[in-house]
Amino acid sequence: MQAPVPSHDGSGRPDGAPVVELHGVSVIYGRQTALRDVSAAFPAGAVGLLGPNGAGKSTMLKALLGFVVPSQGRMRVLGLDVATSALDIRARLGYMPESDAHIPGMSAVAFVAYCGQLAGLPPADAMQRAHEVLYYVGLGEARYRNVETYSTGMKQRIKLAQALVHDPDLLFLDEPTNGMDPKGRDEMLELIRDLAHNKGVNLIVSSHLLPDIEFTCDHVIVMDKGAVATQGALDAVRGPQGRVFELRVKDGADQMLALLTAAGYEVHDTQEDVMRVFVPGDAGAEPIFRLAAANGLQVRHLKQSVPTLEDAFARAVGAD
Amino acid sequence: MPIHDQGYQRYAGSRASTGTAWQVIARAGIRTVLAERKFLALLLLAWAPFLVRAVQVYVAANYAQASFLQPKGETFREFLETQAVFVFFITIYVGAGLIASDRRANALQLYLAKPLSRWEYVAGKMAVLLTLLISVTFLPAMMLLLVQIGFAGSLTFLRANLYLLPAITLYSLAQVLLASSTMLALSSLSKSSRFVGVMYAGLIFFTGALFQAVRGITGASWLAWLSPSDALEQLGDAIFRLPLRYELPLWAAAAVVVGLIVASGVVLERRVRAVEVVS
Repeated sequence: MQAPVPSHDGSGRPDGAPVVELHGVSVIYGRQTALRDVSAAFPAGAVGLLGPNGAGKSTMLKALLGFVVPSQGRMRVLGLDVATSALDIRARLGYMPESDAHIPGMSAVAFVAYCGQLAGLPPADAMQRAHEVLYYVGLGEARYRNVETYSTGMKQRIKLAQALVHDPDLLFLDEPTNGMDPKGRDEMLELIRDLAHNKGVNLIVSSHLLPDIEFTCDHVIVMDKGAVATQGALDAVRGPQGRVFELRVKDGADQMLALLTAAGYEVHDTQEDVMRVFVPGDAGAEPIFRLAAANGLQVRHLKQSVPTLEDAFARAVGAD
Repeated sequence: MPIHDQGYQRYAGSRASTGTAWQVIARAGIRTVLAERKFLALLLLAWAPFLVRAVQVYVAANYAQASFLQPKGETFREFLETQAVFVFFITIYVGAGLIASDRRANALQLYLAKPLSRWEYVAGKMAVLLTLLISVTFLPAMMLLLVQIGFAGSLTFLRANLYLLPAITLYSLAQVLLASSTMLALSSLSKSSRFVGVMYAGLIFFTGALFQAVRGITGASWLAWLSPSDALEQLGDAIFRLPLRYELPLWAAAAVVVGLIVASGVVLERRVRAVEVVS
């Protein structure tokens, strides 16, 4: 029997083995079930954890960090059991929380170096790494300023810097673009993409923003109401094997929606009177035209579109 | 060219094993406090009684007509009682924000996402307060003993009062542990260090006033258990082999001090968490 090939992150996991695994995990807060019998496998690379607010994404990350203890189930991170090796896991993990967080009374460079030391780096190395990662995240010029004076966008960057300073094998990024302006958001997404695709850092990006996941990740796990709705490679989840049409009809959107649904098509409302119709296989727009004509509806706009993650997301969570 | 293209290096250096992060927290906390001029002034003021006592010891050792100033075992007990004032102020100045500020800045989740346990975090924070409180209690008391030996030029006093070594150690430890654990527990209850300071001062003054009021009405000094400070004083009298000031049994005084430390531990266990779950 052939011995498994160790992974490149030094964990001893076989190549291709998931970096994070959950088996039947449930987390209950009082009477509220935040995670319901969740089983999922996060492969190496960049994985998106996608879902609406309250879907259980942050709870999952907090459970993996050992912040909340599941009422049932098992979790493994980088091949280690979360229940028994939480500290060893955290030594190799970086966490960028969703909420604003910093150590009070410190300049950015002191804060990041301090975080490096907390993660086990010697003081001199921690300080050197602090300077490096602050430049990397674009805060080089502001590194001697007190973190409390930073703007929202800068605070997001410093949270990334403190998560990176000890060079983790796995990064948890919880809503990394929260509160950022469009330019800052694009830069943050570039950084995340660079980390995952060029720097060899495994990462899990939790977000409710589909474009963020599409831009940065290779795999996606879609969550809804505390359960996994769907998971897989981004292309596979985005799917299909079919075409998506943007459709607008004159005075009869609801009727058309009902007709298409009755005919077995997947239809999602997007904005106002535009709907996205998923036509499986190679069939073109002709069936849609026929259906509209047969019912006296006038098609005003019909345009072929690319199936997006949004379609997959809507399918997975059962949205209209 | 985007700035991040300047590169991100993987780290190949050494890493400390887990279990040492509390020292990082302690070092950073002490360094931060010592960088404040106000605190340095308070620290200097806290050493003023030591200077006064040192002069007393010098005069008593060198001038026969001032022999009435000769230190006794009681002198060290009185010295530590004086230092209780500075213990109070330093505890509020340093301790009030130790956890409250971290809670205000959501820093607990950053700390606890690193390879350190909740108890290691508490140990680091407590080490800050313990170190600074020991520097105004145990340290000057021991130095006073050394000064006495130095000025007297003999070990006669120490030999006659050998119990002072464990007495100073034990009483200082009880004093600083009680103050540190109580303050840390209070600090974990709020996000406002000012509020924590007021709560601590309130706890000390209210319980003391309550005991004095009840004592004034009933004449029963065994009710000293109502006030942790008075229970500690009672314990101090016993440790320094002095007549007890209250009718409170020693076991009860010890139970108040230990009970408050344990209760503080329970509060810290419940409050120092990365995630606050409101059910």
